[in-house]
Amino acid sequence: MNGGSNKDFRQGLADGIPICLGYIAVSFAFGIEASKIGMTTFQAAMTSLLNVTSAGQFSALEIIARNGSFIELAILQFIINLRYMLMSCALSQKLDSSVGTLHRMGISYGVTDEIFALSVMKKGRLYPAYSYGLIVISVFGWVFGTVLGAYSGQILPQRLISCLGLAIYGMFIAIIIPDTRTSRAVMAVVLSAMGLSTVFTYAPFLKAHISSGFRIIIITVVVAALAAAIAPRSDEEGSEEEAKGGEG
Amino acid sequence: MEKIYLYILLMAVVTYLIRALPLTLIRKEIKSTFIKSFLYYVPYATLAAMTFPAILSATDYLVSSVIGFIVALVLAFNKKSLIVVAAASCGAAFIVELFLPYIL
Repeated sequence: MNGGSNKDFRQGLADGIPICLGYIAVSFAFGIEASKIGMTTFQAAMTSLLNVTSAGQFSALEIIARNGSFIELAILQFIINLRYMLMSCALSQKLDSSVGTLHRMGISYGVTDEIFALSVMKKGRLYPAYSYGLIVISVFGWVFGTVLGAYSGQILPQRLISCLGLAIYGMFIAIIIPDTRTSRAVMAVVLSAMGLSTVFTYAPFLKAHISSGFRIIIITVVVAALAAAIAPRSDEEGSEEEAKGGEG
Repeated sequence: MEKIYLYILLMAVVTYLIRALPLTLIRKEIKSTFIKSFLYYVPYATLAAMTFPAILSATDYLVSSVIGFIVALVLAFNKKSLIVVAAASCGAAFIVELFLPYIL
C-alpha cells in the first residue's frame, strides 16, 4: 500500500486545481511565443507535455528560433532546471523508503516549482497517488493552455496577454510569503534572495556574465546554505509548524 | 523541420534526468540537520529569486507590474489561496492598464 489510495489521488487532483488554472495562463503565453517562432500547435503541445518547465521551455524557444546547437540547448536546460535536482532531493525525504523505483520515476516527471511546493508542504509522508493527482491536473492545464495559446493566441488583445504574465509570479508569491509571518528565517531568506537577484540583474559586470539560470542557482545555494547554517531547523520545529499550517 | 523534434526530445531527456536521479537514488532519510535545513529553505530562495526583479517586467508597463506585485504581496501575506493571489494580481494590472491612457 505504499503507493497511496484513490483518496490520495483525488486529494491531489483537488489541490492541483489552482496550479492547473495558473498553468493555463502561463502556458498560454508559451503557446503564443512558440507559434511566433514557427512551431506547430502539435510541436508546442509536445514540448509542454514532455518538459513541464516554464523557464526551461521559454528559454529553449530562443535557441530553437536561431537554429542553435544541441550542446548549447542541453547545457542551458541543465542549468535552468538544476533547481529541480534540489527539489527532488527534498522530495526524496518525504517519501517512505519502501516506495519503489517505478513510483519514483513517475513522480520525477512532475517535479515543478508549484507541484513541488504543494508536495513538500503536505503534512506527513508523501504518497505517489497524491503526486499523480497533482501531476495529472497540472499537466493537463499546462498542455491545454499551450494548445490554446498556439492555436488562438493572436486573437486576444495584447493588454490581456500582458497582464496574464503576472499569473506565474502571483503563484510563486502565494507559496513563499505566508510562511514569512511565522518564521523570521524564511523572511530573511526571501528578502535576501530577492535582494541578491536584483543585484545580479542590474549590476554591470554580473548582468553581462551570469545568465538568469545561473543567477537562480547561485542565489539558491548561497542563501539556503547560509540560512541552514545560521538558523538550522530542529525536528520539533518542523512538526510544530506542520501542525499549525493546516490552512494552506 | 525534423530537427525541431530532436530539440524537444533532447531538452526533455536532460530535464527528466535532473528530476529523476535524486528521487530514485536517494532512498534513506538524510540525518544531517544542515542538509535538511538547507533543503527546507531551497524553495523559498529559488522562488524569491525567480520572482524579483523579473516580476517588474512581467507586463508591458512597469506601473501595472508594480501594482500587481503589491496586490499579490498583500493578499499572500493574508494567506489567500494560490488562485486568488494570481487572479487578483492579473486583475489589478489589467485595471491599471485600462486607466493608463488617461493618466499618461
